[in-house]
Amino acid sequence: MTALQHVRLGAYHVVPMAAPDDFGEWRDHARRMVMADVPPDRIAWTEPGGPAGNLFTHGDRRLPVPDRDAAQPRVSRRFMEIAKTVIMHSDPERFGLLYRVLWRLQSKPRLIEDAADGDIRAMADMARAVRRDIHKMRAFLRFREVEHEEGEYFVAWFEPFHHILRHNAGFFTRRFANMRWSILTPRGSLHWDGETLREGPAATRADAPTGDPVEEMWRGYYASIFNPARLKIGAMLKEMPRKYWKNMPEAQLIPELVAGAQAREAAMVSAGAMDEEERPETLDAVDKAIHACSRCPIGELHNTAVMGEGPAGAPLMIVGEQPGDNEDLQGRPFVGPAGQLLDVHLEQVGIDRKAAYVTNAVKHFKYVQRGKRRLHQSPAAKEIDICRWWVEAERSIVKPGLVLAMGASAARAMLGKTVSITKARGKPIELEDGSELWVTAHPSYLLRLEGAAREEQTRLFDQDLAAVAARLKALA
Amino acid sequence: MIQKTIIERLKVLADAAKYDASCASSGTNKRDSRGGKGIGSTEGMGICHAYAPDGRCISLLKLLLTNHCIFDCHYCVNRKSSNVERARFTPQEVADLTISFYKRNYIEGLFLSSGIIRNSDHTMEQLVETARILREEHDFRGYIHLKTIPEADAEIVRRAGLYADRVSINVELPTVAGLVRLAPDKNAQTIDGAMGTMNDAITEARDAKKRFRHAPRYAPAGQSTQMIVGADGASDADIVNRASALYGQHRLRRVYYSAFSPIPDASAVLPLRRPPLIREHRLYQSDWLMRFYGYSPGEVAQAAGADGMLPLDIDPKLAWALKFRESFPVDVNRAPKEALLRVPGLGTRGVGQILSARRHRTLRLDDIAKLTVSVAKLRPFIVTADWRPVTLTDRADLKALVAPDAGRQLDLFAA
Repeated sequence: MTALQHVRLGAYHVVPMAAPDDFGEWRDHARRMVMADVPPDRIAWTEPGGPAGNLFTHGDRRLPVPDRDAAQPRVSRRFMEIAKTVIMHSDPERFGLLYRVLWRLQSKPRLIEDAADGDIRAMADMARAVRRDIHKMRAFLRFREVEHEEGEYFVAWFEPFHHILRHNAGFFTRRFANMRWSILTPRGSLHWDGETLREGPAATRADAPTGDPVEEMWRGYYASIFNPARLKIGAMLKEMPRKYWKNMPEAQLIPELVAGAQAREAAMVSAGAMDEEERPETLDAVDKAIHACSRCPIGELHNTAVMGEGPAGAPLMIVGEQPGDNEDLQGRPFVGPAGQLLDVHLEQVGIDRKAAYVTNAVKHFKYVQRGKRRLHQSPAAKEIDICRWWVEAERSIVKPGLVLAMGASAARAMLGKTVSITKARGKPIELEDGSELWVTAHPSYLLRLEGAAREEQTRLFDQDLAAVAARLKALA
Repeated sequence: MIQKTIIERLKVLADAAKYDASCASSGTNKRDSRGGKGIGSTEGMGICHAYAPDGRCISLLKLLLTNHCIFDCHYCVNRKSSNVERARFTPQEVADLTISFYKRNYIEGLFLSSGIIRNSDHTMEQLVETARILREEHDFRGYIHLKTIPEADAEIVRRAGLYADRVSINVELPTVAGLVRLAPDKNAQTIDGAMGTMNDAITEARDAKKRFRHAPRYAPAGQSTQMIVGADGASDADIVNRASALYGQHRLRRVYYSAFSPIPDASAVLPLRRPPLIREHRLYQSDWLMRFYGYSPGEVAQAAGADGMLPLDIDPKLAWALKFRESFPVDVNRAPKEALLRVPGLGTRGVGQILSARRHRTLRLDDIAKLTVSVAKLRPFIVTADWRPVTLTDRADLKALVAPDAGRQLDLFAA
């Protein structure tokens, strides 16, 4: 009986595959079937352990003998490449699908390029699922160290969804060439002793070790590298579907990390004194807002916020450190001893204080209570940085062409970093909006000095003020 | 003071590293551990070993050597004036930790950065030493990414490239004014100079490799950078232009964008509204348009509004298409690849499949539906054998027709 008669008689064949992922075996059978002219719907392919008993399993188990002069089937390299991947898919239909495409390719050799064809798309989908599983095994497999008489030994338990174990052996031997390890799966196992690879039987989860002390560190890392302010569960699930979680030690943390994320973000935000409000746009609004400010501990002391004073639009802005005892009581800047000293020197160089906007780097009086006295305390860098928000609000409304910062705190409020007064004084520093910053000592510093030192510092202070006065004239 | 345990320090120093956007482990040369004493391999493509609930991939052990820092950059949680818990690792400890994680297949390698301790040179020495221990003592052949310190001596920075697959130098902020204001200890010229020097070293080593087989490999995965988005006033157009200049000038492999994130103990110089995370996403999309879809930086800027900001409710490709409706519809059966790549909703893979399928059949709307995710979004912009949009591209409400449900999308990403 010839092959052609087979078809005419409606004969069908059962082709049992000995291995689920052996492309060579499938290729040999398929080639023979094509040469014997057996159409796809006349073959039932079965795999070991696969479901049996459909109509076709009663078919002819002998492979047909092709005609001696039958032509060899021809396929493109591209088909071969995809088929080698598709063969690893767990769908029992894969052998039949590949055969159907092979069959159709004989009359339409470039069918493989038609991405819109149903069979070609099905093949592409299967290949993609297999490649993904191969990739996920490389990514999500976790080794655990076990006791072994010869020293370090690592065992992994992984549950692949397709027949990819053998395909992935090369990757793990290349990567962990000088380690000894076993990979156990429900579909078989691999064992590497540093020199040779051995295939073993299927395993169960009970055969695999349950823990490794390093996992505690890994989980610590996983929980810490996660940024709770950016919760994107969908993005995580897309790449790391739940089906892989059960064998990943870090995945058990996910529910609590997700549940705790909002609280952690809220804590981050409040600890950061982040503010969602807009910057006030009038001096009155700033005044009102600073009285309610409790962004730093100074605002919590028994004191009153002191607003800067002077005309909006003043060409000169003078910045001091913070209100003192007198300023706090009167609610006005520079009215105490240092303020009075400042007034004297400003007058000497011909600067009209009333035409300037006078304010402080920090808006509240920081002090410690000693009996009935409130002793001045310098603000910390952090507190200056927090209060910079308000000084900048004032500056953006007043828009002075020139800013005079008196003392290190004021300079920090303007520049965002600590500078040395000695190095910075006596020359203009350009600010980002094009205005000029001049730095000098704080007048209270002069008050603390005596004798020659005081004379010298007073001279330098006047020199700075004179330079500022000259610049003001030039800018006007 | 009682020294913290390794795990306590790991938590502090990983937490400090979580604001860094990069975790790529791809693009380096192929190698494996056969014939050596150690472990590790790279096969071109990086592997993401886990994903965190923030949706980001974990490929490398991303750590700071220390979060002590003498710098005072306002957007940075580790700045000098911040009150965060501090910790430090020795180079040996980081190398050992990397190896024990790698052996368990948790990671592809190490991404090491550091706060500046003592001075920039000392810090850079420590980073390089960690990589040296890994490569020379452990014969580690996995991936190493070192963040380099622009202010450090050029010779030490150069040595980083001998051990690392990738080096990165953060430009920090998209504008010089932003840098001056928010990173007062950093200097734009120094950063630019360091990138240029690194680019020269990479190019030189590539040339040497062509002539001498045994020339040492040098940062085979090139250099990348990161900029903070939303901490200064830079618009999306500014950022895209800056990124494009960096790609061109210093041949960067990647520019990462990191949406300014609320950080514990933040400086009050940053009392800005946190930029929506979706803005960062739109910038990555625009980056993609330039690298894979043939858009010029100018065209990306055209997709932005008058204020230079990309729309948040729709992706930049769709925004561009809505502005330049005269470029549509595109005939999927005839149009060149470049035109197909401009169709909103068509990715590079979809375009490839259309090009290959149309050699065999005249494509109908049905066929396109099989090859793409959503044909509804495509329909107004394409012509097929059985479909021609008549007035769709002229309709004023086109955006509403094709844009995803804006409210829902923002809900998902914003937070």
